[in-house]
This record gives sequence, structure tokens and C-alpha cells, in this order.
Amino acid sequence: MSRPAAFTDDSDTGTLRFSGSLSLATLGDLPDRLAAYDGKVERLDLSGIDRIDTIGAWTIHRFSQKNGAAIEGLSADGQHLYEQVQAADQPVRIRGEHVPAFQRVLGEIGDATVQAGRTLYGLLGFLGGTVLAFGAIIKHRRFRFNATVQQFEVVGVSALAIIGLMSFLIGIVIAQQGAVQLRQFGAEIYTINLVGRLSMRELGVLMTAIMVAGRSGSAFAAQIGTMKLTEEIDAMRTIGVSPMEALVVPRVLASTLMMIFLGFYSALIAILGGCLLCWISLGIPPVTYVQQIREVVPISDVYVGLIKAPVFGAIIGMAGCFQGMQVEANAEQVGLRTTAAVVQGIFLVIVIDAFFAVFFSSIGWL
Amino acid sequence: MAPASKEIVISVRGLKNSFGEQVVHENLDLDVYRGEIIGVVGGSGTGKSVLMRSIIGLQTPDEGEITVFGEPTIGREETEATAIRKRWGILFQGGALFSTLTVAENVEVPIKEFYPQLDAVLLDEIASYKVVMTGLPADAGPKYPAELSGGMKKRAGLARALALDPELLFLDEPTAGLDPIGAAAFDELTKSLQRTMGLTVFLITHDLDSLYAICDRVAVIADKKVIAVGTIDELLALDHPWIEEYFKGPRGRAAITTQEAHEEAAQQAGAD
Repeated sequence: MSRPAAFTDDSDTGTLRFSGSLSLATLGDLPDRLAAYDGKVERLDLSGIDRIDTIGAWTIHRFSQKNGAAIEGLSADGQHLYEQVQAADQPVRIRGEHVPAFQRVLGEIGDATVQAGRTLYGLLGFLGGTVLAFGAIIKHRRFRFNATVQQFEVVGVSALAIIGLMSFLIGIVIAQQGAVQLRQFGAEIYTINLVGRLSMRELGVLMTAIMVAGRSGSAFAAQIGTMKLTEEIDAMRTIGVSPMEALVVPRVLASTLMMIFLGFYSALIAILGGCLLCWISLGIPPVTYVQQIREVVPISDVYVGLIKAPVFGAIIGMAGCFQGMQVEANAEQVGLRTTAAVVQGIFLVIVIDAFFAVFFSSIGWL
Repeated sequence: MAPASKEIVISVRGLKNSFGEQVVHENLDLDVYRGEIIGVVGGSGTGKSVLMRSIIGLQTPDEGEITVFGEPTIGREETEATAIRKRWGILFQGGALFSTLTVAENVEVPIKEFYPQLDAVLLDEIASYKVVMTGLPADAGPKYPAELSGGMKKRAGLARALALDPELLFLDEPTAGLDPIGAAAFDELTKSLQRTMGLTVFLITHDLDSLYAICDRVAVIADKKVIAVGTIDELLALDHPWIEEYFKGPRGRAAITTQEAHEEAAQQAGAD
């Protein structure tokens, strides 16, 4: 269609005659050939070209500047285009400044440390804010009943199936692994102790917390983060609705209360899973299994689970809402903050769980 | 001021678009000629953006034919039809800049994609002058889109749309959300690019000043189709109530006054 760009040189007069179409598609290796050209150049004759675009004009401009050559033979439109490109010749940095690797790593470590400290501080402040919002709700009696119940459904009821399935399988796995090890001592009957105590005290609540963090903590962060981006939260504030009361309190309340039920439910289903395995692989009938569970699992184990569950729920809910509220500027942040909400939620749950373990054993609930 | 040759760049025939029950376009026809700036107007929700998305192949219509540079665009994959993708540039409403790249890197993306053999130094230089040409300050190059204001995002989006020196430029409400000075400068920029690069511009706008200042023809979308195409004077001669209301309402009159003032100033400048 259009001829590729080319040039011929006339070294006596120092004139370079260009031909063809000086546009991006047909430029080919012209810039390289021009860069390699080392003859005498005084004039660039463009009267023979078919077409020129800004990239062609730029190539000519750069070459003429380097060699101090004059341009001639451009059409009126071409001249106009050339002048526009010429006027746009300013140094522009493409990327941010390059920092040496060692310095950058140090900087990143520093930033991460400051960031971690700030997050912890912010989370503490957020805890205070949530408590204050609770107080305000109780004082002014403006509890958002519908929003809260809706969150109950999203956090609690919809999670029943997946948490049930997960707990059932975990019960089976504990029983199976326990049975294999305990059989070596001829103590298979202790499989029941293992399943019962472990799921009531630890695994039921912990696994549920991880699941709730993944399902609901992330959803809180993403929802609130998106609302922050679309300025919904600012709109709320201007109307006189406190986002802490309208968005955060129902969610934190839902995750706190629902964790109690879900954690207990999860422990029960895990015991059920253990029951199935004991029956099938160890030949312990369900009646014996249940009787044994009642004997070996002290009521304090149930209390331990029930005390830990709401604390974990509150942590997960608050980590989710807190990260959501931190979203600023762009959509990318929603993703980052959602990830942070889940990671932070699970991490804090495990840290607090360790504290609980020490605490309960020191008060004699072994 | 439509060019004499009248080469058709975009041709839309019998377009039908619907979302569920709601029919947006029905039997819509439109031709866009080479070298003109065509303004597309219509009330909110009449499907101006949907029309643009159909033309550039992002929306698959229920019925109809669309060709750009004589090549059909309906149902083409991203990797297909590269010959036309090299020849058009698109500015989306919010700029649609890639948020993980700097402004200058954004401009480099289409060039790298289609001309990977291009020398890295030349590539950086091209990105530099494109950034400056669209009226951005030189220090905007290494900034990320999140650090830019709305107007700067639009200019950066335009710089990316113009990266390949396209023949056809789609602008979706380029002046919406800009201050009047910025909007006038944007109009001026569009016009000057069209003049110097021989661009064909498909301009969706609500900005009456833009319509008067830079559009060669205006296409009016109403009742699910293009009810009229022509210069503003030709449209007004039609006596269609919506068109009358649109151009002769209080805002329309204000735009005419501004335009007349501009012309007088230009004439005086010429006389001096």
C-alpha cells in the first residue's frame, strides 16, 4: 500500500533525500540506519515523502538536532505537524527513580515495620471506635436491626453447609490419624478422647475462625472498600449517618455472635465425623462413642470453645472492616486490603489462641 | 466541512442492541467519513456509549453489521483484527489507564504491543513527546494514574489513545468533568490534532460548546436510532422538537453566544 521509509545520501552537498511513508507502520529500521549514518549532513530533503506522522516527524527532528541539519521540502500540513512535535520536545522521565537494590531492600523493611506498627495502632483505635459506636447505639437506641439480621444470614446461615462439611472431614481425619498412632499402644479407645477434646477446645473454633475470615472478613473488606471508592461512605457521613454505626457495628456484631454458634456447631459435627470413623474402622458403636465422649470431655472444654469463639469473631470482623475503611485512591487497593484483612484476621486469631491456651491451663482448665 | 472524497471509515447498518427486555438500539444506521469530527449526542441512557462499544467490538450486538476501515468488527477476538486495532485509538470516559503503570509507560503499552522491535530509547522518546503534546506537564511522566487529577487522567488517556498515531479516534465524553478552561483547551487540542494528523474523530459528548466549536457533523440518537446527521444548522432546520430543545434550550443559546464571541475575536485578530 505505502512504500517503506528510506533515504539516499548525497555526500557532496550533505543532503539526505527521504522517500516513502515516514509513519510508524512503515518506518522499519530507518531510526537505526539514521543513527548509524556518519556522513556529512547539512540538509534533510523531505519533498519526496508520501506521508509523515508524529513518529516519523520525531525521528527526523532528533536526527536534524543531532547533526544540526536544516529541514526542507515539507508540505504545509507536514510542517505544522513537525512544529507540533518540535514544540513537545521536553525531557520526560518514564519511570520513577531507580534505587540501588540494597538501599531499596532496607527501605522496604523499614516501610513494612512502620506499616505494621501503624496497622496495629490503627486497629486498636478502630476497636475503640467500634466500642464507642456500640455505646452510641445503645444510648440513642438507633440499632440497625435489619442490617444486623441480614449480616447474621450472610455470615452465619449461609456458612453452615461449608463449615459443616469441613468440620465433618476434619473429625474423620483426626480420628483416622489418632487411631493409627494409638493402635501401636493398643489404646484405640483414646481416639475418642482425642477427637472430643481437640474439636471442642481447639479445632472446631479455630477452623471455623479461618473459614469465617476467608468468607466474611474478606467480604467485609471488599464491600466497605468498594463503598469507600465510590464515595458512598462520604455520602453517608454528609447525610449524618455514621459509617461506624451503619456498616461496622452490624458486621462486627454478626461475626461475633455467629462465631459462637458456628464454632459450637463445627465442634459437634467434627465429633460426628469422628464417630463415623470409629464405628467403621475401629468397630466402636455410636452409643458407646457418645457415652465415652460424655465421660472424657469435661464441660470446661465446651466453655473454652464458647469463650474463644466470640473473641475470634470480633477480631475477624474488625480486621475486615478496618482494612475496608483503609481503602483509598484506586481499585487495586481493594484487592490488597481484602488480602490483608484475611491474613491479619487469621494471624491475630492464632496469636490470641496461644494466649488463651496459656491462660486456660493456668486457671486449671486442662 | 465534510471532505470531498467522502471515504467511509465507519459504517453501521441495521444495528440492534438490547439488554434483556430493554432495547437500546433498533435499526440504527450511521456513516462516518474520513477526516471529519462527528459529534454523537442524545439524552442520557440513549446508548451513545453502547454504540461506541459496538463499533469497537466490545459489545456484541443482536443484529446488524459494522465495519471499520471496511473490516467487520463484530465478534472479533482481542487478538484478531490487529490491522484495524493499530489504526484506531480510544479514550474511555474515566481514562481507563493501567493503574500499575506510570503515565509514560501507559503510552508505551500499545506501541510495544504492535511494534515490539522498536528501539527502547526511541520508545521512551515517543512516550515523552506524546505526553507533552497532550498538554501534560513533563513531570507527569513518571506519575501513577492514582496521583493524577481527573483532567490529567483524560489527557494521559488521550496520549495513550494517540500512541500509534491512529487514523481514527474515539472519544467518550472527553470534556465531562473538566473545568471550562480545560475543556476548551481539550477541544482545541482535538481540533489541532485532527488538522495536523488528518484524524477522523468519533466524539460522544454532552458539551454543547464542544459541538459548536469542533464538530463538522452531529449525529443525534433518539428513539433507538440515529434520527438525524448533519451540521448543527442542518439539524435545526429539521424542526424536530428534541433537537430544538437540545440546541435552543438555555444552555444551547449560551453556547451559541460563546461561539459567536469566539468567531468575532478571531475575525478581529485576523483584521489586525
